[in-house]
Amino acid sequence: MPSKVKSFNLRRMPGFTPIALAIFVILYAPIVSLVVYSFNSESSVGVWGGWSLRWYVSAWNNEAIQRATLNSIQIAIISGAAATVMALMAALAMTRTRPYRGLTTKYALLNQPLMVPEIVTGVALLIVFARIKVWTGYTGPAYIFLAHTAFCIPFAYLPIRARLIGMDLTYERAAADLYAPPWATFRYVTLPLLAPGALAGFLLAFAISLDNVVISEFVKSGGQDTLPTYMLGQLRRDMTPEVNAAATVLLVISILAVSVFFVFNRKKN
Amino acid sequence: MSVTKEHSERLRREDVRQRWLLSVPALITIILFAAGPLLVVLLFSFMERGDYGGVKFGQFSLEGWISVVFTKDIFDDSLILAEANLSIFWRSVKLALLTMIGALLVGFPTAYFIANRPASDRNLWLFLITIPFWTNLLVRTFAIMDLIRNTGHINRTLMSLGVIDEPIQMLFTDGAVLFGLVYVYLPLMVLPIYASLEKLDHRLVEAGYDLYANRFQVLRHVVLPGCKPGIIAGCILVFIPAIGAYVTPRVLGGGKNMMMGNFIEQQFGPARNWPLGSALSITLLIIVMVLLIAYVRQDAKKGDTDAQ
Repeated sequence: MPSKVKSFNLRRMPGFTPIALAIFVILYAPIVSLVVYSFNSESSVGVWGGWSLRWYVSAWNNEAIQRATLNSIQIAIISGAAATVMALMAALAMTRTRPYRGLTTKYALLNQPLMVPEIVTGVALLIVFARIKVWTGYTGPAYIFLAHTAFCIPFAYLPIRARLIGMDLTYERAAADLYAPPWATFRYVTLPLLAPGALAGFLLAFAISLDNVVISEFVKSGGQDTLPTYMLGQLRRDMTPEVNAAATVLLVISILAVSVFFVFNRKKN
Repeated sequence: MSVTKEHSERLRREDVRQRWLLSVPALITIILFAAGPLLVVLLFSFMERGDYGGVKFGQFSLEGWISVVFTKDIFDDSLILAEANLSIFWRSVKLALLTMIGALLVGFPTAYFIANRPASDRNLWLFLITIPFWTNLLVRTFAIMDLIRNTGHINRTLMSLGVIDEPIQMLFTDGAVLFGLVYVYLPLMVLPIYASLEKLDHRLVEAGYDLYANRFQVLRHVVLPGCKPGIIAGCILVFIPAIGAYVTPRVLGGGKNMMMGNFIEQQFGPARNWPLGSALSITLLIIVMVLLIAYVRQDAKKGDTDAQ
C-alpha cells in the first residue's frame, strides 16, 4: 500500500548523519590537500599552478630527504621483520595452552610498550643509550633498530595471536600421529596455516615503525634521521613542497601497508 | 588419549619449558629496550643534577622531585610554587579533558552513524575511520598545520572571499592543539562506542517509541545508558595519549603552548635538568597507569554485563 506518510525510522537521530559525514570530510581534507599540493608545479605553497612531478624529482635529488626516506624504510623492514619473528615465537608459546604460571605476567610484559607514553620510553632509551654510547663508543644504527623492534612486538603479536587462537590443533596432532618431528610439524603444518597472520603482523609492525617519530628522535645519533625526524627538524623553516612530496610518499606507503593488512586480517573471518 | 597420568604430567612440564624458551627473545627485547629503561628513569629522578646534563652518579637528591612543583626564590632560597610548571600541568590536563569531550561530541554521532549503516557497508566505514589512525601521525599533523597557517588555504580562501582582511592566527594557539588532538585520536573514541552500539538491543528502542518517547528521550534514556561502557572506554582511551602528547603540541602549539611531553623533552634538551625530566616522566607514567587500571576494570565490568 503506497503511503504518503514517510515510515518512521526507528534508528534515525536528527543531525547525526550530517555530523558524521562532516567528520569524514574533515578527517580526509587535510590529507587530500597535502597530497594534491605535492603535485603543484608552482613553488609558492598556496598557489596552484597545475599538475607536475617537479617536487618529487627535487625531493629525490635532495640528498638529506633521500637518505632519510631510505633509512625509514630500511628500519621499518628490518625491525618489523625481527619483531614479527619474535612475536610469532611468543604467540606459539602463549596461546592454545592451559594457563601456566607466569603467563599473565608475560602477557602484560609483551604489551608493555603499548601502555607507556612514547615520550617516556623515548627519554628512558635516551638515558640508557647515552651511557652505552659512552661505554662502548658505538654510535651506529643498532640502537634505532632495537628500539623499533621492541615497540613493534605487541603490534605484530596481535594479529598472529588472533590467527593462532582461531586454528585448532587437529592438523598438528595428525602430523604428530604420523611421526612428524616437532620441527617438521611446525614447518609444514603450523607455519603455512599461520602465514596470513604473520604477514598481517609484519605489515602492522612495518606501518608502526614507519610512523614513529618520538622514539626515533630520542634514540638517533647524528646523521641517522628518519623521514619523520627529518620533517620535525624542518619545522622551524618554511615548509617546502619537497617535504610535502616526501610526506606523500610516506603516507602512500603506510596506507598501502595498512590496507593489505586489513585484507589479510579479514580473510581469517 | 590413553596415556598414563604420570606420562601426561611429564609431557605437560616439558611443554611449559618449551613454551618458556620460545617466548624468551621477545621478552628479553622488551625488557632491555622498553620496560627496563623505565627503572633507570626512576633511579635518575633521585639523583643530583649534572652540570652539563646527565646526573652525578651515586649522589642521592630529592631536588628533581621537589622542582616538579616548587622553585627556589631567587632572593632568599625559600621554596615557592613554580607557577610556570603548574600552568603547563594545568594546560595538559585541560587540553586532554577538552580533547576527550570534543572527541565524544563528534565521535558519538559518527559511531552511531556507522552502527546504523547496512551491515555490508559497516566495515568500509570503519576502515575509513581507522585508516588515518594507522597512517603517519606527523604527516597528518603537518597537513593540518599547512591548512591553518596564516598563508594556508583557509586564510587565503577567507581573504579572497573578502570575509576577513587580515589572516586569523590559528596556528600556535591552544585551539589548534585541541583541534589536532581531537583529529588524531578520534578513532579511539569511535571504535569502542561503535562496538557497544552494535550490540544495542533495538527492541528497547522500539519499546521506548511505543511508550511515546521522542527521539531525544530515547537517546537519553535508552541509547546512551546502553552504550555507557563503550563511552567510558573511549573517554579513557582518548585521554591517555592526549595527556602524553608530544608531536601535536610541538607542531601546532609552537614553543609557547607546551604540554607535559614537551616540558619533559625540554629538560633533556636545552634545560639540562635530567632529574626533573625523569621525575616528570614518572609522574606522567603514574597518571597513565592509574587510568589504564580504571580502563581494565571497566572492560572487565563490560564483559560481565555482556554475559547477562
